[in-house]
Amino acid sequence: MTRNTSYSGWGRALRATGDITRPDDVRRVAATAPAIGNRRSYGDAPLNDGGAATDMTRIDRILSFDREVGVITVEAGMRLGELARILAPQGWLPAVLPGTGFATVGGAIAMDVHGKNHHHAGSFCQHVMALQLLQGDKTRKITPKTGALWKATCGGLGQTGVITQATLQLTPAKGDLMLVTEQRATDWDHHIALLDASTAPYTVGWIDATATGPSLGRGIVEEGETCRGLRPAPRAAKTIPLDAPHWALSGPIVKAFNAAYYRRVPRSGRTVVRPLQDFFFPLDKIHDWNRLYGKRGFHQFQCVVPLGQAAALRHMLATIARSGLASPLAVLKRMGPGRAGHMSFPMEGYTLAIDFPNRPQARRLIERLEDATVDAGGRLYLAKDALSTGGAIKAMYPDHPKWAAAAAKADPEGLLKTDMIRRLDLRT
Amino acid sequence: MTETWIVLGASSTIAKAFIRSVAEQGAHVILAGRRMDDLDATAADATARGAEGATPVMFDARDPATFDGILDVATSRPGTLNCAVFVGSMPPQDAIDADPSILDGVIADSLTGPARVLQMLAPHLQTRGTGAIVGVGSVAGDRGRVGNYVYGAAKAGFATYLSGLRNALGRHGVHVLTVKPGPVETAMTEGLGPQPFMTTADAVVADIHKALQKKRNTLYTKWIWWPVMTVIKLIPEPIFKKMSI
Repeated sequence: MTRNTSYSGWGRALRATGDITRPDDVRRVAATAPAIGNRRSYGDAPLNDGGAATDMTRIDRILSFDREVGVITVEAGMRLGELARILAPQGWLPAVLPGTGFATVGGAIAMDVHGKNHHHAGSFCQHVMALQLLQGDKTRKITPKTGALWKATCGGLGQTGVITQATLQLTPAKGDLMLVTEQRATDWDHHIALLDASTAPYTVGWIDATATGPSLGRGIVEEGETCRGLRPAPRAAKTIPLDAPHWALSGPIVKAFNAAYYRRVPRSGRTVVRPLQDFFFPLDKIHDWNRLYGKRGFHQFQCVVPLGQAAALRHMLATIARSGLASPLAVLKRMGPGRAGHMSFPMEGYTLAIDFPNRPQARRLIERLEDATVDAGGRLYLAKDALSTGGAIKAMYPDHPKWAAAAAKADPEGLLKTDMIRRLDLRT
Repeated sequence: MTETWIVLGASSTIAKAFIRSVAEQGAHVILAGRRMDDLDATAADATARGAEGATPVMFDARDPATFDGILDVATSRPGTLNCAVFVGSMPPQDAIDADPSILDGVIADSLTGPARVLQMLAPHLQTRGTGAIVGVGSVAGDRGRVGNYVYGAAKAGFATYLSGLRNALGRHGVHVLTVKPGPVETAMTEGLGPQPFMTTADAVVADIHKALQKKRNTLYTKWIWWPVMTVIKLIPEPIFKKMSI
């Protein structure tokens, strides 16, 4: 993992070549190149083509843990899934967990990620009590009271310095199992109604993005809470050993898969007990599942629109369903207002995330969906984006100028710029 | 009964993975290394993961004055004492060619330093009649190669030492496991680029635990290095001396 490595984000559609160093000692991290984690962002946020990058994944220790109050300080390369695995049996969990446990703490801060509890708990950085930034050769500790630099660092795409460690307020967990209630949502209105009415700590909707007509928007609403008990022995993770052929996720196959997946849950719904990892990180059990999309890779479109714009989102879903391009991975969720930084993604409303194989038709479709997002007053998630333009993004993020000013002050020479920053011209 | 693991060279990448694995089983860990700030952080990590306790101690393989401190801490622990050795250094052969004085340090790091600590520890394990010693050598110790024969010589010496120690302690209920990893993705090998049959620290640690359970004497990891090194060892010296592998 050094010397002109070719690498990509999770979507594998955009690639970069450059020197990656992977130190195991924070003293050998230099703030002269962008820091990257497990590259679970889909697009070019973790790429620096032609330049250097520091892979932080070996800097991953717990530096202190207060079991009484649930406060933990970890190094930036710590994976969230690892934290959950260690902490849940001890009665705690990271307050916010995104859809993959491979995401690192540093990456979760740089993207101000959200989870299935966003409607109650807000975003990841709202539970960060302090963090350490390496700027030039100086290490700086910042907290929410730091002001401008804090707001530019949370969700700040790593442009204010290299995040080396963070102190997190954890949330209590009853155990390392989840009590999960699954219900069929028969159509769009039912789906939205179930999400609106949910009072569970964790709520998410899987959506069948291939269903059309009266079934448009159908899916499964999952509601979960932590619980304890005897857990079945975990099954070993599987790995996708090679790039799948391009037809593996073609229209008819996805449609058939989705129909079966929908009917898996009985009409009357059901309540089941699952290992925590299966609920929070359902796809992590299949290593390298991104190879299912073949060597051309894929894109994920994720937008959020305000509460009043549910109809616009329904219209977008109808466009997607008609296109026949969607994959089985599609998620609908109600978000709360919680966000911590100038460039944080969340807004109160509904968020839709859908994967598309990387093909010209899909790229054109995503372009139309972006326009619809702008019209609805919504925004795109930079952890997923690979195709948008600077003008559109800046319009979606009204606090962008404040962020750009703080980033310019923190990294005046632009040493931390990534391919995404350059593509979207975000630092100006 | 409490398990205690003394870990020599606790800042190495493989050591860190090993420490995590025994910490999660609830062992007490004694972390021996040169950099106390780094050991303090690893100790906190081990405790948070479930270690019964974690004690950092100063240890420099090139400074025997630091050895007594390890023994003091270790022998005060009740229950089963175990020791895992991860120290070693691998300066490029051409650096040693340019400055032969480097050689002494390489031998101390991989052979004389850890062997002396084990020699001091052995009677205590023997008295307790239980425990395990894990010594990490290298496939490089199986044959002297043009690319890194000083490192190889130190690891070969260590492997021979462990073989004798096994012979001496085996009859007293103490098991000695010699581990011979091929190239592992660690900070030490980072500058070398991709290597044949490369493995990860976590995979090496999983193999070590399996081998300990089965009381294996020598472990090649990845396993493929056993047939590979068997073949390399069989190459007659007149031919081998002309090869650059």
